Amino acid sequence: MSKDSVKGVLISPILKNNPIALQVLGVCSALAVTTSMQVAVVMTVAVMFVTAFSNFFVSLIRNHIPSSIRIIVQMTIIASLVIVVDQLLKAYAYDTSRQLSVFVGLIITNCIVMGRAEAYAMQNGPIMSFWDGIGNGAGYGLVLLIVGAIREIFGAGSFFGMQLLSLTKDGGWYLPNGLLLLPPSAFFIIGLLIWALRSWQPEQNEIPEFKITANTKSGEAM
Amino acid sequence: MSKSNDSIKKTLTVAFVLCLVCAVIVSVSAVALKPQQVANQELDRRSNILIAAGLITAQEATKERITEEFAKIQVKVVDLRTGQFTNDVSAADYDQVRASKDPAQSFALNKMAIGVNRLENYGLVYLVGNEANPDRIILPVRGPGLWSTLYGFLALEGDGNTIAGMGFYQHAETPGLGGEVDNPNWKAQWPGKKTFSGDTMQPQLGLSKTPDGVHEVDTLSGATLTARGVTNLLQFWVSDKAYGSFLAKFRQGGA
Repeated sequence: MSKDSVKGVLISPILKNNPIALQVLGVCSALAVTTSMQVAVVMTVAVMFVTAFSNFFVSLIRNHIPSSIRIIVQMTIIASLVIVVDQLLKAYAYDTSRQLSVFVGLIITNCIVMGRAEAYAMQNGPIMSFWDGIGNGAGYGLVLLIVGAIREIFGAGSFFGMQLLSLTKDGGWYLPNGLLLLPPSAFFIIGLLIWALRSWQPEQNEIPEFKITANTKSGEAM
Repeated sequence: MSKSNDSIKKTLTVAFVLCLVCAVIVSVSAVALKPQQVANQELDRRSNILIAAGLITAQEATKERITEEFAKIQVKVVDLRTGQFTNDVSAADYDQVRASKDPAQSFALNKMAIGVNRLENYGLVYLVGNEANPDRIILPVRGPGLWSTLYGFLALEGDGNTIAGMGFYQHAETPGLGGEVDNPNWKAQWPGKKTFSGDTMQPQLGLSKTPDGVHEVDTLSGATLTARGVTNLLQFWVSDKAYGSFLAKFRQGGA
């Protein structure tokens, strides 16, 4: 990872070091908030805002944070930012905030935010940390938007609420796949995305920690 | 990170200053945005009243449209013990749910299936048109489902018997099962159904596996307890324990 260029910290988390696809973090909320594009976009913006500013503020005071309470300090900053975002959404995007329900509050526990604060912002300057937060938020958001697009188009026949495919219940030809509106479908889509990404960039594959051997033979058990 | 950061004094100072700064930021945002949030909640409640009454559809629920349509609605207070309109409390700032928890503004009920032990003395009604002979009568309803209390509105035609619409604006039932109470296709079954059995004041509306086509709608599959809760709460609020005696006046006038 090229640590010192703004471009590097912005681009690398999107494909090379994607928080969801490579690090497999933040999957819980990715299952819940990807039923429609509108919700996915708002969640993406919210997470980008929180990762960017939590990185910025943590980095700003990193030389004064006592190591014994550093996790609590990071949590306090993240939690305050999330509450501000939640309040803003309730005031200016009420319908979307109702659909996002608890998942805005749960950005606090999203491992991506905490992970970047601890891994990057504690060692780097505020400006670079800010861009690192934007990059990681965007990497998370990219997966969210891809999954959201697939789920909304094939699950409800629409895109950003606009009807693309005419549904059978309205006299059209497309019978929506109800599974795609339920959380398990996001598991399949994220799994296929990770598989596709790692087939394209094989260096992202982890080295197996142990090798699975063939079935135990009766002789070995004795 | 230098060593001096780990002294007790520095640790306490950092913790204290950080808490202070964060507390100020959070409080300022909460207080500053409160009026906008309250306005949104009120708008949401109004749009649910209008949607339940069939005056607007969910797609056309813009702020202007809601304000315009809601102006046609009169909010009145009914004494649930007598069924008469009353001016004892002001409709504008009466909170019905809160009143049901205040012993001074509510009375004890005999234990019932619905799980409500106290009922408020006064209930709100939303009327479209003339108050003596309205086009629509919209009643707030609430009651327990499986996981949560469901809050919604039941809209009746002016005869106090024919259902014009029904919808919940707040609940936490299982998405995909009990949560299907929000499904527009399911809700579309309600208009035209009758609330009461024949000419009596016996509530008959509800959800059933074998709907009779007159009073009952098809139940929600996989949501037995939510469906039972919805039937119980609807029957309770139109019964003579709640709005029944109020509705009886319109039945005599219109039937």
